[in-house]
Amino acid sequence: MKLKLHIWRQKNARDKGKMVTYEVDGIISDMSFLEMLDVLNEKLILNSEEPVAFDHDCREGICGACSLTINGIPHGPEKETTICQLHMRHFKDGDEIYIEPFRARAFPVIRDLVTDRSAFDRIMQAGGFVSARTGGVPDANAIPISKKEADLAMDNAACIGCGACVASCKNASAMLFVAAKVSQYAHLPQGQPERKRRVLNMVAQMDKEGFGGCTNQYECEAVCPKGISVASIALMNRDFFKASVTE
Amino acid sequence: MNLDPKIPSGPLAEKWDNHRFEMKLVNPANKRKYSAIVVGTGLAGASAAATMAELGYQVTALCYNDSARRAHSIAAQGGINAAKNYPNDGDSVYRLFYDTVKGGDYRSREANVYRLAQVSNNIIDQCVAQGVPFAREYGGYLDNRSFGGAQVSRTFYARGQTGQQLLLGAYSALMRQVGLGTVDLHTRHEMMDIVLIDGHARGVVVRDMVTGEVQSFAADAVILATGGYSNVFFLSTNAIACNVTAAYRAYKKGAAFANPCYTQIHPTCIPVSGDHQSKLTLMSESLRNDGRIWVPKAKDEKRAPNDIPEDERDYYLERKYPSFGNLSPRDISSRSAKEACDDGRGVGPTGYGVYLDFKDAINRLGKSTIEARYGNLFQMYERITGEDPYQVPMRIYPAAHYTMGGLWVDYNLQSTIPGLHVLGEANFSDHGANRLGASALMQGLADGYFVIPYTIGNYFATAKTEKVTTEHPEFKRAEEEVRGRIDSLLALDGSRTVVSIHRELGKIMWDYCGMARNEQGLKKALELIPELRQEFWENAKVVGDGENLNSALERAGRVADFLEFAELMCHDALNRNESCGGHFREEYQTEDGEAKRNDEDYTYVAAWEYKGVGNEPVLHREPLEFENVQLQTRSYK
Repeated sequence: MKLKLHIWRQKNARDKGKMVTYEVDGIISDMSFLEMLDVLNEKLILNSEEPVAFDHDCREGICGACSLTINGIPHGPEKETTICQLHMRHFKDGDEIYIEPFRARAFPVIRDLVTDRSAFDRIMQAGGFVSARTGGVPDANAIPISKKEADLAMDNAACIGCGACVASCKNASAMLFVAAKVSQYAHLPQGQPERKRRVLNMVAQMDKEGFGGCTNQYECEAVCPKGISVASIALMNRDFFKASVTE
Repeated sequence: MNLDPKIPSGPLAEKWDNHRFEMKLVNPANKRKYSAIVVGTGLAGASAAATMAELGYQVTALCYNDSARRAHSIAAQGGINAAKNYPNDGDSVYRLFYDTVKGGDYRSREANVYRLAQVSNNIIDQCVAQGVPFAREYGGYLDNRSFGGAQVSRTFYARGQTGQQLLLGAYSALMRQVGLGTVDLHTRHEMMDIVLIDGHARGVVVRDMVTGEVQSFAADAVILATGGYSNVFFLSTNAIACNVTAAYRAYKKGAAFANPCYTQIHPTCIPVSGDHQSKLTLMSESLRNDGRIWVPKAKDEKRAPNDIPEDERDYYLERKYPSFGNLSPRDISSRSAKEACDDGRGVGPTGYGVYLDFKDAINRLGKSTIEARYGNLFQMYERITGEDPYQVPMRIYPAAHYTMGGLWVDYNLQSTIPGLHVLGEANFSDHGANRLGASALMQGLADGYFVIPYTIGNYFATAKTEKVTTEHPEFKRAEEEVRGRIDSLLALDGSRTVVSIHRELGKIMWDYCGMARNEQGLKKALELIPELRQEFWENAKVVGDGENLNSALERAGRVADFLEFAELMCHDALNRNESCGGHFREEYQTEDGEAKRNDEDYTYVAAWEYKGVGNEPVLHREPLEFENVQLQTRSYK
């Protein structure tokens, strides 16, 4: 199939950036979306033009690197699918596709479709952990955890840190990302000793990074490639309130 | 070249304990005076960096991804082994050790493997304490499943995302230390070279991938945890950026490279669909717990799989290896798939595929049980192929997945360069010629959490090197070399893309140094690779500049190293006149096509010394001595 692509090009963080139109031909339905971009980049290189920069690595939907907004939707039209797992069989000959980076004030563009998502790392540094030094921990079966709680922890732990939740939100809120980590630990006995300071510290860092607040639109849940539920945000809000009045 | 493995004295089960006592310690107040650079933040690198920082050392950590959480350890699906014996099915440290040595086809070092089995249990404890949500039973205790090459259930798992959960555990521990200011983490920094001063590893030269700036870091020791080199095949299950550069640069600076020909071809991957393909996707080996592998009995079968009656199907693994069946080890399963396809009985549009069928399991256990066990994997398969595996059997084919070879290390995980330590997939030590499923995660975390934090202290306490800074002339010289190399890559203005050359290299390696090798093919590859390397330097094209993020330049640097490294693999494969594990030489097989080892002549580690580009490397041998396990023909029948 033949496609018309409108792609955000921006040489570096200082450049203003603009949409540029390209045509690609010979795209087959078994290609992934990123393989379609590979075809474009090979063509650009042979024309002595610089390839379109985009973050990607594992190409199997788990590393969280890929981060494109396709026709206005982070990770594109398929539900619970990262862009690397979106295949061209969902498009048809002659389609026009708009490709932009994940946009948010806290995710500045580095080049083209590549953004700086290190704010997520800093939120993790503020409290996204259990302080368990290596060694000196009890036997793994010493503390039974109900299957239900372990499963709920896993549902939230599945977050890949891609930032689609932020990109989809009109407030550029990182609540779903933070709530997923807070909830994972809240469902486990290992997370209890630091439960209050964790939520306070992570939320404080989130605000400091310039992410917005949540106004219950649930766009984040709709685009989350791992299907993380907004119920985690409710849990985090309760925990935050409790911690704020008791800590 | 000194290949003293430094195996501690005493009985096998006491070696590690004795060694921990004998090693010199650094007193707590002095630890902050010692520094280490950790390159790579996967399971091995992140766990090492976090743990050493907890101990009080100054740690600098580097990774080329935008976040430490994205290392390819994250993609491991199936699980992690440990000798907990929670299911009460006869497991023990000794059995895990024995299975690993046997699974590695008796080409690994006994003492290292035993230590790995010993610390495996600590890993599970540590991860649970960190909040890793392993699968549990209704009673609240941890669940286990079985994996290829073992007859006990010793694999712990977190749905089909075990690697992700373990990496996020290690990443969280690392983030905690970064937040505390004890680890200086640099993301989007790629290691370009290693710097030696007076024969000791003292630092690295890196390129800031955003600004293009070339800079150095100095320390008292350097730790490489930079993963494997499966991407030499172009198509593999590795992430796109995975490369051999860090390990290969160390090799060029004098570190011995051990057993590069030991590569693992994973039996259950989604088959290649066309030339556009950028990578192959693994389907977890855990699927083989419930899926049955088969091909049609007849050649050129045209019927749809569900129309082929039972008696016209060949469940070849169950037929050939009745006691392990569909859970036969990876090398054997992969080779059997290749045989079936070479025999004209392969399935799918290309004829290079076999069926992995869940019909019996769904009938026996119900769709919901299968969904609970493998739901996300089935979903992933459907997304990629457009076929529903609940309705039609999956099609799978082997793909390059893991590399057992790597930089040579002694018992302390130190390479032949003093001060340069190597962890995880980047070293060679524990898996011999074939790795068992769910053992890579175990090894990465064993090295990072429980081995290097001890042995690095011993190195600091005994090496007593002078302090150096990046102002030292050796750093300046190395930086100039790196800049020169980047300039020569940027000057490439031919008519071929780097990716097209990488793809061609991959085809050479897959055809001649892949699942089956022979002397003639390897010699052919040794002619083709230098030609292709010349083609690269004469006719490749790299666009853009060195002052901005430049993905074309990054790729070119990595492919340039693969083009040299590929030759080393072929030399090693040619030297090893036997078949063992993942290394199958067609000349050395039994009448029924099984691998034929040659213990008399090849029970050694082949450690190669660099002698210049295009020159034949020099072979050094570390004899492998088996004091506890008797060498046997590996049989899974």
